[in-house]
Amino acid sequence: MNAKGLVIAFLLAPVAAVAQGFAGLGTDADGFGLPTPNPTFNFPNDHGAHPTYRIEWWYITANMEGPDGTPYGLQWTLFRSALAPEDGEGWTAPQLWLAHAAVTTPTDHFVAERLARGGVGQAGVTTKPFAAWIDEWVLEGDWQTLDMSATGAEFAYDVALTAEGPLVFHGDAGYSVKSAEGQASYYYSQPFFALEGHLHLPDGSVPVTGQAWLDREWSSQPLSANQSGWDWFSLSFDDGAKLMGFLLRQTDGNHYSSATWIAPDGTTQAYSDGAFDAQPLARTPTSGPEVPTTWAVTLPDRGVDVTVTAINPDAWMGTSVPYWEGPVTIAGSHTGRGYLEMTGYE
Amino acid sequence: MNRAALHALLSHWWRNPLQMLTLLGGLALATALWSGVQAVNAEARASYDAAAATIDEAQFDQLVMKDGGPIDQAIYVALRRGGWMVSPLIEGMVGDVRLVGVEPLTAPGASLPMALQTGGDVGAFTSAQGQIFAGPDAVEDLAELRADIVVSAQIPPGVAYADIGVVQRLLDRASEVDILLMNPEQPFRQAGLAEIAPELSVRKGQAAADVGQLTGSFHLSLSAFGFLSFAVGIFIVHGAIGLAFEQRRPMMRTLRALGMPLGRLIGLIVVELFVFALAAGVIGVVLGYLIAAALLPGVAATLNGLYGAELGGALAWRPVWWVSGLGIAVGGTAIAGGGALHQLARMPLLASAHPRAMSMAAGRRARLQALAAFGLLMAAIVLGVLANTLYLGFATLGALLLGAALALPVIVDGILKLGRGFSKSALGQWFWADTRQQLPGLSLALMALLLAMAANVGVSTMVSSFRMTFLDFLDQRLASELYVATSTPEEAARLEAGMTDMGVAVLPIQWATETFGGVPTEVYGNRDHATYRDNWMFLESVSNPWNAVAAQEGVVINEQLYRRAGLSVGETIEIAGQPMTIVGVYGDYGNPIGQAVITEALFQSLYPSVTALRFGVRVPEEALPEVRSKIVEDLGIPNAQITNQARLKALSTDIFDRTFIVTDALNVLTLAVAGFAILMSLLTLASMRVPQLAPVWALGVTRRQLGVMDIGRAVLLATLTALVALPLGLALAWVLLSVVNVAAFGWKLPMLLFPSEYARLGVLALLAAVLASLWPAWRLSRTPPADLLKVFSHER
Repeated sequence: MNAKGLVIAFLLAPVAAVAQGFAGLGTDADGFGLPTPNPTFNFPNDHGAHPTYRIEWWYITANMEGPDGTPYGLQWTLFRSALAPEDGEGWTAPQLWLAHAAVTTPTDHFVAERLARGGVGQAGVTTKPFAAWIDEWVLEGDWQTLDMSATGAEFAYDVALTAEGPLVFHGDAGYSVKSAEGQASYYYSQPFFALEGHLHLPDGSVPVTGQAWLDREWSSQPLSANQSGWDWFSLSFDDGAKLMGFLLRQTDGNHYSSATWIAPDGTTQAYSDGAFDAQPLARTPTSGPEVPTTWAVTLPDRGVDVTVTAINPDAWMGTSVPYWEGPVTIAGSHTGRGYLEMTGYE
Repeated sequence: MNRAALHALLSHWWRNPLQMLTLLGGLALATALWSGVQAVNAEARASYDAAAATIDEAQFDQLVMKDGGPIDQAIYVALRRGGWMVSPLIEGMVGDVRLVGVEPLTAPGASLPMALQTGGDVGAFTSAQGQIFAGPDAVEDLAELRADIVVSAQIPPGVAYADIGVVQRLLDRASEVDILLMNPEQPFRQAGLAEIAPELSVRKGQAAADVGQLTGSFHLSLSAFGFLSFAVGIFIVHGAIGLAFEQRRPMMRTLRALGMPLGRLIGLIVVELFVFALAAGVIGVVLGYLIAAALLPGVAATLNGLYGAELGGALAWRPVWWVSGLGIAVGGTAIAGGGALHQLARMPLLASAHPRAMSMAAGRRARLQALAAFGLLMAAIVLGVLANTLYLGFATLGALLLGAALALPVIVDGILKLGRGFSKSALGQWFWADTRQQLPGLSLALMALLLAMAANVGVSTMVSSFRMTFLDFLDQRLASELYVATSTPEEAARLEAGMTDMGVAVLPIQWATETFGGVPTEVYGNRDHATYRDNWMFLESVSNPWNAVAAQEGVVINEQLYRRAGLSVGETIEIAGQPMTIVGVYGDYGNPIGQAVITEALFQSLYPSVTALRFGVRVPEEALPEVRSKIVEDLGIPNAQITNQARLKALSTDIFDRTFIVTDALNVLTLAVAGFAILMSLLTLASMRVPQLAPVWALGVTRRQLGVMDIGRAVLLATLTALVALPLGLALAWVLLSVVNVAAFGWKLPMLLFPSEYARLGVLALLAAVLASLWPAWRLSRTPPADLLKVFSHER
């Protein structure tokens, strides 16, 4: 779960962020929609924006390699944050958009950030045809194939994604619970994208191939008050299976965990709190604070007992909401690669 | 035992409340001065920031319509989607207020008003109702508008900021934008401007005046003086602690003899001093607050930020100032008491009391002190010449001050010795001799006075020099009342013609980029006009440099080019192949790059492709509205392209006047502290002096005469101190402006002298000395004859 959007929502809409967690009710005190169990999704509409929910994101991470085998990581993220549960035309539309793009190499980490208001055309999401954009950054296509590009001061990329498996729904058919008190979100993914394209780096262009993972999530309920940050793993094993797991750290030292096991054919099994675990093994300095960049990750039910290691420990995102996000390698009971996101470290 | 010992120790203060007052008062005043200087610094910084904010949108490159008209908002979106990091800006006049609409999510940071940069509620700002950020002066003009007004002292006068959508609504200009500000950082790749928006052209931003550097230098110097003021206080505290130790020796001897361990005695004294320091620190910080509050009415925001609740209650308490105030009080006491404690630790158990030990030891120490003073002053001279780092700059200051303070008694003693030689009468000779005899007891107080006066001379010189420099700099940069940016040569020609019709002078602002000796430089072609002759200050020049410039023979360059390219006046440089003689160097504070100015005609022949599109318009204040409406209505140049700088200058002057009130008050306070030191020393000496006065009285000099002579003595000593303080203060200012500043920022602030100011300070210092000596003299003249007689009967 790429829950940093929650923090951003807090930042941009501090007044609105006092939602009380009553799962099951249709709306909160400010009129925002609340996720309810047993959702039915309606595509392609649900690939688009849900302006009556506070927060939403289109989140892509990718593991790639160049012609010489050099591993690369890539991130393309568009966040929507609503100041009020309505959409509109013009500057008064209460929808704010924020985007992050990054390219990680074993030695460098390039980051760019964009901010935009909704309502004037500078950023938004349409469904027919599907396009999500902010400034010149674009993610567009029919979800079987998607074209994606972004540009920063020192880098750019143009890649094409091709789906090689079905959409995957987390939690209870896409209703993903985030705390013991019942905070939840709608959450589905397309973890089976094959990727091909070019990275444009200061030293020149690099052709790359690899695999990408797209997350879609929306909600109106931020974390519960005692949750201080999270560690999120999306792991793709060499045998074709995948694992999404996250820990929501609590201020009392405990954590809330959740995971989805994704078989190579796309069938899933959801794991509730306690099944999945991740323990930090080593902290390393970054451009920001010290963060754990080596983890012991376990899901005993599937025999997963692996060590997850950052390809570039300094994948610090020095954006307006700072966090760590970068590609990792997997060793142990399973091998493979994936992405790690860590927030709330100081 | 602790309790009894503490009781005994404290009883000293009970019996000598005056000494306690000296100690507490000195420390509290010193802390108050320190806090006061911090307040001035904070106030000055906030004000400069507000002033600097107005200049800022002009620093960015801008995209404007070639025809000068409004830009369609769709073009903004198209540019963003083509990878252009631009931010829309719209503006219009509401009454006398320029209402600026900005887009907070895309605006380059420095183009937003401070109040928005440092936070604010984006949701409320961008809401349909909207918020207008305005200074207090603009509220009246904006009252009618349908939007919430947020009054902020950080918004410069005459301008108000709101969200772009809100301003579009208020001005009834839906989907229109006047200017697109370009973010200095643009992406790796972007579509060509001609493909997306051929109707737009780029207007180059002006290199921003980095006021921050200039003010940084000012704050650094003021902070140095804050420490100096504190040092004055420490001299007093040192004196009071030293005296108390001397006088309490019998008591300590008794306590030790009764079995009190040395360590515990020292511990108790440390506790005692610590409690005193804390008490005095609290009084001092509160006093500093009161001083600052009294000095700076109407800047509640700054003070709130300094001492507690910030506007809106977001930050309720800023303990750092209390900590710094208390820390400096405790630290100061530690410095002042350290020597005494060290002595106590080494004192033989049964050492006898030396109520006048300070004076007795003076003779022995004098030679050593003179030697140390000489060494320190020599070191200061060497350091002053060689110092090239901030650290060495401050070392220079330290050596200079300490050396001068140590040298003072030696110098004064020498002069007094001389004075005695000139005196014929017996009474006169006694006067000189007695003054010399008192000198050791007074020397600490005199050193305090010396430092106070030197600090004042230094502060006045520094602040005044800074003010003149800054205002000249503003005059130079913002000489014209109106600045007009035209979009096309046709519009420029229309403006020139229209203004000439009205008899108004128009000064083209045009430049080309060159490199001299590796220094990137903008070569300006200025029209020969009194504006430049009147307002530009030269650091170095031939006589009438502007004549040589007008004759197409000379070029004037800024200090940055002069220093970095190692050029000098009289040297020749080639501008676009044309050899030109450098005829002047001007200060250009805060400009990051080089600048050279030649005359307009020559510029046009050397750079025929450059057309002037920006203009300064010289208008008398009263004709401003008329000229402005002519430019907008008759010449069809949008209001948004006109900047009124007169208000900005008025604001800057106002800020300085406020700073002046504060420094004036600080001057008086420092002298008051020094006067206090003199008073305390005189009172302390008074009782010890009776044996010396009794014989003179017995010989027929009346008590009244003795009192008058005491006042005369104080004036004499203060005058001698003032004579040493003046050069010391000037040296201090020089070190700050020419050594510390160069080390910190790479350029010199010119040092200007203000003799009348020094004379006023001298009079104030004498006044402080006279006031301080009045009461002791009055007490002396009222000494009961019986007390004086007792001297002879050994009954004292």
